[in-house]
Amino acid sequence: MKFKGKVWKFGADIDTDRIIPARYLNTSDPAELAKHCMEDEDPAFASKVRAGDIIVAEKNFGCGSSREHAPIAIKACGVACVIARSFARIFYRNSFNMGLPILESDEAVDAAGNGDVLEVDMDTGDIHNVTKGLKHKARPVPPFMQELIRAGGLMESIKKSGRVR
Amino acid sequence: MRRMTITEKILAAHAGVKEVVPGDLINARVDIALGNDITAPIAIHEFKKAGATRVYNRNRVVLVPDHFTPNKDIKSANQCKILKEFAIEHKLTHYYEGGEVGVEHALLPEKGVVAPGDLVIGADSHTCTYGALGAFATGVGSTDLAAVMITGELWFKVPESMKFVFKGKLRKWVSGKDLILHIIGDIGVDGALYKAMEFTGKPIESLSMDSRMAMCNMAIEAGAKSGIIAPDKITKAYVDKRAERPYKFYSSDPNAAYSDVIEYDCSKIEPKVACPHLPENIKNVSEIKNIPIDQVVIGSCTNGRIEDLAVAARVLKGKTVAKHVRLIVIPATPHIYNEAMKKGYFGIFLKAGAVISPPTCGPCLGGHMGILAAGERAVATTNRNFIGRMGDVKSEVYLANPAVAAASAVKGRIAHPDEVVRS
Ligand code: SF4
Repeated sequence: MKFKGKVWKFGADIDTDRIIPARYLNTSDPAELAKHCMEDEDPAFASKVRAGDIIVAEKNFGCGSSREHAPIAIKACGVACVIARSFARIFYRNSFNMGLPILESDEAVDAAGNGDVLEVDMDTGDIHNVTKGLKHKARPVPPFMQELIRAGGLMESIKKSGRVR
Repeated sequence: MRRMTITEKILAAHAGVKEVVPGDLINARVDIALGNDITAPIAIHEFKKAGATRVYNRNRVVLVPDHFTPNKDIKSANQCKILKEFAIEHKLTHYYEGGEVGVEHALLPEKGVVAPGDLVIGADSHTCTYGALGAFATGVGSTDLAAVMITGELWFKVPESMKFVFKGKLRKWVSGKDLILHIIGDIGVDGALYKAMEFTGKPIESLSMDSRMAMCNMAIEAGAKSGIIAPDKITKAYVDKRAERPYKFYSSDPNAAYSDVIEYDCSKIEPKVACPHLPENIKNVSEIKNIPIDQVVIGSCTNGRIEDLAVAARVLKGKTVAKHVRLIVIPATPHIYNEAMKKGYFGIFLKAGAVISPPTCGPCLGGHMGILAAGERAVATTNRNFIGRMGDVKSEVYLANPAVAAASAVKGRIAHPDEVVRS
């Protein structure tokens, strides 16, 4: 999987209420959720973000609630992947389960500025900051998680295991 | 054999292996899987999409519509209907609505649905609350919940454990809430990221079950996977009359390995307040001067239990809420509601000028029943003070224990309970 897109830079500890405020959680329709993605952080984000863009954030991205609506909203508004220094645990798990690519890299976060263009190779973890001419390497994704992605996510892997009754 | 922590022992037992080491990826049997009106609709959708027709065990899949109930609007009513229809179709034993429903993390321990030694997952981040019973309990997303509803199992990475050792005597007005706020203020909102927090020491051994639940409840606010307290006499007294299944007490081996061991002296811990907009922005109540407030919320899965209402009643007895402050009291479950009524707390609250809400998450997540306008400020006994958590993005939430919340309602500003109760 390879992506190329423009950076939207966010700070530390972006919580799930900022990714998708709870007042919109009376639905789980991705298109509806996408309209309000990052609303309380940047009200214009959802209307300005373009398909293939990349969110870059500081530490502990996605902290707070377990709402899968957070990675759903990010994915549904067209964001190709999220790069952060670190992710909150449940957000990390949810992203893999529902197929939102995420990577951890201190260097890439340090270098990336708002609007920079990045090229990302999910398979190798290579991050190329085209604007600044810099190359970074993301922390490798554990083999178990890679297998999960190859299987097409958690539900696909369960279907393949023949345990669905 | 390897010396293990309580968390490692519970995980090993559920994975059917003799021992586990932090970092191990295991497939473990799940005792209870929980979903609510926000997260279960997605899980049910995934369940159906996978072609599943049966849940792994109808006694072990639990659905609690508590966030937007009593249904706030048409959209939330439709979400809840998905849960109800699923519960009927699959004959789920543990589905609650109407006058039976309460805030999930208060309801499940109270009903004996979760028990010591269990492995519990919930599509709700505060599932970690059940660590207070000596269970391994952790929050997951909806897809994980769907996977467990089908297979009864889930993959886990065995976490490292952090040990928090408390010493000394608890000061007046200090509860489990203050201890956990103190920890979060110390280590930060990602201070325990991916880890299991284990709370020990003499003061913990004499801490009530309600206070233990408030502590484990907020482990997630330090980024932790789980929080846990080794079961003891207090646990036994609590679960004996409730647990619907046989349970097992686990405890950490002496010299088990921890990534960190941190000690705190309780005699130095005062009632705390978490200032906007992160639970790590901790101050002593006594340091906070003249912050006027518009609303006080006493409730939630952190502090909506009977002990919390009791201490609020103690502070509010014979007092009235300051002019232009709204005090909303939300007993977390119907049982707590009834107890509070029988004990006479409702009379005290009503006389003080409070609104008593039916059990619901309500304003805790900015859902309904007490939303803040731009520029308004609340003191809440809940667990999160993120931007916009209780309403408008320009509103503010200060987190505190129920005594501080009640005292603040009387004073109309953030106040220490000693300012209101003369003893
Ligand atoms: S009371 Fe608040 S924190 Fe607890 S489950 Fe409900 S919304 Fe979540």
